[in-house]
Amino acid sequence: MSQFLMPSLGADMEAGTLVERLAAPGDTVSRGDIIAAVETQKGVIEIEVYEDGTLAEWLVSIGEKVPVGTPLAEISKPGAPAVESSGQRAATQPQTEPAGIAAPAPQALPKAGAGERPRVRATPAARRLAARLGLDLNDLEHDPHRPVYRADVEAHPDRPEPASPLDMRGAISAAMARSKREIPHYYLSHTADMMALEDFLTGLNADRPPQDRILAVAAQVKAVALAARKYPEFNGYFSDGSFQPAETAHVGLAVRLRGGGLVAPALFDPAGQSLDALMHSIRDLVARVRAGRFKARELTGATITLSSLGDRGVDRLYGVIYPPQVAIIGIGTPALRPWVHQDKVVPRRTSCLTLSADHRASDGHRGALFLREIGRALQNPEAL
Amino acid sequence: MTADCEVILTEELHRIAPDVAIADIDRTADLREEFDIDSIDFLNLVSALGQRLGLEMPEADYPEFHSFDALSAYLQKKM
Repeated sequence: MSQFLMPSLGADMEAGTLVERLAAPGDTVSRGDIIAAVETQKGVIEIEVYEDGTLAEWLVSIGEKVPVGTPLAEISKPGAPAVESSGQRAATQPQTEPAGIAAPAPQALPKAGAGERPRVRATPAARRLAARLGLDLNDLEHDPHRPVYRADVEAHPDRPEPASPLDMRGAISAAMARSKREIPHYYLSHTADMMALEDFLTGLNADRPPQDRILAVAAQVKAVALAARKYPEFNGYFSDGSFQPAETAHVGLAVRLRGGGLVAPALFDPAGQSLDALMHSIRDLVARVRAGRFKARELTGATITLSSLGDRGVDRLYGVIYPPQVAIIGIGTPALRPWVHQDKVVPRRTSCLTLSADHRASDGHRGALFLREIGRALQNPEAL
Repeated sequence: MTADCEVILTEELHRIAPDVAIADIDRTADLREEFDIDSIDFLNLVSALGQRLGLEMPEADYPEFHSFDALSAYLQKKM
């Protein structure tokens, strides 16, 4: 028997609220299955189980807020006496392979097992509010032909005060204040010609339908991941007084949320993905982040961060490192500028790349080489 | 037909930017700035319109999508 714990989803998280149970007692669970959703300051996070077994019992009720490390459920190991139930259907069926870390496929939510009521369809805002108020979505009156909306939750007679909209700001404040307090940042910038990348993408996208087009951000993410392979002191975590490089670069992509705030969830091993696969991963991730729902390992898995301003921003940004990471790359908005190209001053679209890095893990000399390497990769897009 | 294109465009924009009311925007100003949408949102918008209306929406035509009115007129012309 082992325990499924409330995970820590970042240095600034102390507690979380269980908002969904996606497996029932007696269900067979496999490593990688999402069996719960937890409400945190950053939204609803889906939590995976890290071992094979059978869910024996839930220990925390829906809507209950518990500290990090609290057991949420008991999992019995395969072979061990488990709770008998009709929910053990999966034991005799071939298991689908858990999504590999290299290219996580979007995971469908498991169906509710025997004994659990069917999962109520609800918008993320409704789910959040219900959890915060300790209401069960099953108990709310609403039209069964549509999801539960926030208004349905607000209409519930037991509804106490509305929740504070400042949770996200609180999470950002805690992480960024810690970063500025603990991390001795240094900053570098480098301007790179972006016309080769633009021409490459224009050619690639010309005959493609919109859903198959590649945006510059996919090339940027991959360039950062490839450069991080070569310069490992920018990729990993600083904790307990020393730097531990990560084996693979998982790039956190800063995604702005409508209504304020941002998160930088991980894209797993972009260096090992084609631009097409990576673009698909980015669109999938951004859509889920904007819907306020993503996976725990996406929130905690990034080993380096990229913040790209896109084409409606300003020339450059210097990011604040997200602890315990040790580097953040900024890519400014590309703009036409006078530039020396083939011995002539000509208008070229260029971008300013920046690096904010942790001086406890690296020095400016290596930082400069790392940043130039990213610039070089973006000027050779065919190799990406 | 103008009305149809506008209704469809409004619906798809609402999916992406539910916090922006169509009545509050300048229909002739920069579409992406008026709705505060980034390049991924914009690609999602173009994908949704292309699939819904059966249009190719090539990148070469993007300059014609600069404002709400311009994009609406483009859709009408292509349908």
